[in-house]
Amino acid sequence: MKKFRQSLEFKPILFFILILLFCGIVSGGSFFKVSIVDGHLYGRLIDIIRNGSKYMILAIGMTMVLATGGTDISVGSVMAISGAMACSIVDERILLFLHGNVPAAVALALLCGVVCGTWNGFLVAKLKVQPIVATMILLTAGRGIAQLIADGKIVTITSEQYYLINGGYFLGLPVPFYIAMAMLVIALIITKGTAFGVAVESIGINANSSRLAGIKVERNLWLIYIFCGLMASLAGILESAGIKGADCNNCGLMIEMDGILAVAIGGTSLSGGRFSIISSVFGALIVQTISTMIYSFGVTPELTKVVKALVVIVICLFQSPEFVGRIRGLFKGQKKGAAA
Amino acid sequence: MKKTLAAVLSAAMAVSMIAAVPAMADDDVLTIGFAQLGAESGWRDAETNDINTYNEEHDDVEFLFSDAQQQQANQIDNIRSYIQQGVDVIAFPPVVETGWEGVLQEAQDAGIPVILVDRGVDENTPEDLYATVISSDFVWEGGQAAQLLVDAMGGAGKVVELEGTVGASAANERKEGFDKYIEDNCPDVEIIESQSGNFTRAEGKEVMEAALKSYDEIDGVFAHNDDMALGAIEAIKEAGLKPGEDIKIVGCDGIMGAFEAMVAGEMNGTVECNPCLAAQIVETAQKLVAGEEVEKWVKSNDGVFSADTAEEDIKTRSY
Repeated sequence: MKKFRQSLEFKPILFFILILLFCGIVSGGSFFKVSIVDGHLYGRLIDIIRNGSKYMILAIGMTMVLATGGTDISVGSVMAISGAMACSIVDERILLFLHGNVPAAVALALLCGVVCGTWNGFLVAKLKVQPIVATMILLTAGRGIAQLIADGKIVTITSEQYYLINGGYFLGLPVPFYIAMAMLVIALIITKGTAFGVAVESIGINANSSRLAGIKVERNLWLIYIFCGLMASLAGILESAGIKGADCNNCGLMIEMDGILAVAIGGTSLSGGRFSIISSVFGALIVQTISTMIYSFGVTPELTKVVKALVVIVICLFQSPEFVGRIRGLFKGQKKGAAA
Repeated sequence: MKKTLAAVLSAAMAVSMIAAVPAMADDDVLTIGFAQLGAESGWRDAETNDINTYNEEHDDVEFLFSDAQQQQANQIDNIRSYIQQGVDVIAFPPVVETGWEGVLQEAQDAGIPVILVDRGVDENTPEDLYATVISSDFVWEGGQAAQLLVDAMGGAGKVVELEGTVGASAANERKEGFDKYIEDNCPDVEIIESQSGNFTRAEGKEVMEAALKSYDEIDGVFAHNDDMALGAIEAIKEAGLKPGEDIKIVGCDGIMGAFEAMVAGEMNGTVECNPCLAAQIVETAQKLVAGEEVEKWVKSNDGVFSADTAEEDIKTRSY
């Protein structure tokens, strides 16, 4: 138990439960209400795991990038590119010979993510451009590429098959949740089951000594950025499937910040080193729960951002050892005072 | 021939961002320099297309066209070159609200009236520097949307309002018009929830998902733009309800997606925010050149569309 309390996962899971409990109590229990509609589960908790899936997927990729001491701020634009690609194919606007084939559209959209990740990885790993600068290129150029693919329009699609990627259900639970969990399992196998995880951590702590110790820093970095791009494109597919359309201007706008926030709430240091993908997934769930909470409590639109900021500040404060130490000190001091 | 030349030149200009157009000041032709701000949305494209079409179809008016690619510096350069060429009237949608005093003053010194199109400048810009603004009346749009929605709901019910981006004039004013109409005319209609969906489909859907769980009875949705309405439609379907029937939906803007949804019976109406302004620009420009008085705000001709006529209307839609 003590080991669990000291693990990276402990705090994010605790915060998640606390926020859920808070929502449940304030709403008088209706927050937890889950009913069955059209043969699937329906309720706010289901919304959280479905809408939170894209954050979870992004956070999985982002965690590894941040663990190497890097960052990827292009994920939102990559989402827009993959969404535009998939929807344009499904709607038979480009690559007509595919006849709107959904699996092919998804595969090509994922390929876009891989290409974007390869480009980022090339800049960071090969050319040693600072990650925030390197990925800024796609952050700005990416939306332009997406606009080119979608011909500057919001591509609206009617394909029910494509819609199922986000809106479908399997055994009562939303499909995106299974996708997110599958990505989590894959990421855990890669990082825990092989030496890759140690390499990631080691690069984040000190890239030079890792190289001297025989870790292929360049290759690993490259792979990590590709993986992050792949996750971003998957998130883009989920988002565009959910709204049956590719909205290049708004798809994933500023989501890189939510992705980084999820990882930060999860307790992985942004300067690299020790990381936990499970923590980040809970961080992502917390990010989603905050917005679901705001919507369900009817916070006025002018205040939603303030409320979100307040919750994030409180969580980040409790992630800070310094702050927690001082609070503890305060209570200890009081106890001593009482004893005397 | 001249038309083709102008078309080729303006296309070249859009690409090269250089606004050098040879002076074509012909006495019986009204020359209007249109400094477009860019091509950031389908709405903007429709506006540009309308200008081009008008230009092709009319011999007595010559639109000079330039594209500023969302940069104020480019737009100012383009306006300056129109001043140098001595066009009759300059029209442009300001890419940002501030920083126009200098170039507007130059136009005034050259005696060229300026029409601001579809957007205004901030109130610190002296009003006498430009002739007029041609733009939509968002308050009116909100009121018309309210009427559409109330009619569809049969005069009574509970309404969820999906607001646009906080602080955006389209959001504030559509809300003002909508809320005022409901308050003044519909004692049996209650706005039970009003939350921002940021003008996007994804957020419109998420807000609607939450609202559907908060309230057992929702009869209508008013979305400040059609994209949020389309998002709400998906949320309503997922809740096992029929959009357009169980819950009536009205949006704004009049985009193609909204008309498709209306034809499919999933949406009940939309209030257009008309991008086809060429005719009004020309009409206003003619008045200005003739020295006639023009109102400081010329309201653009926006249409109101309900699902009843959508099947006919969709054929005439250009954006």
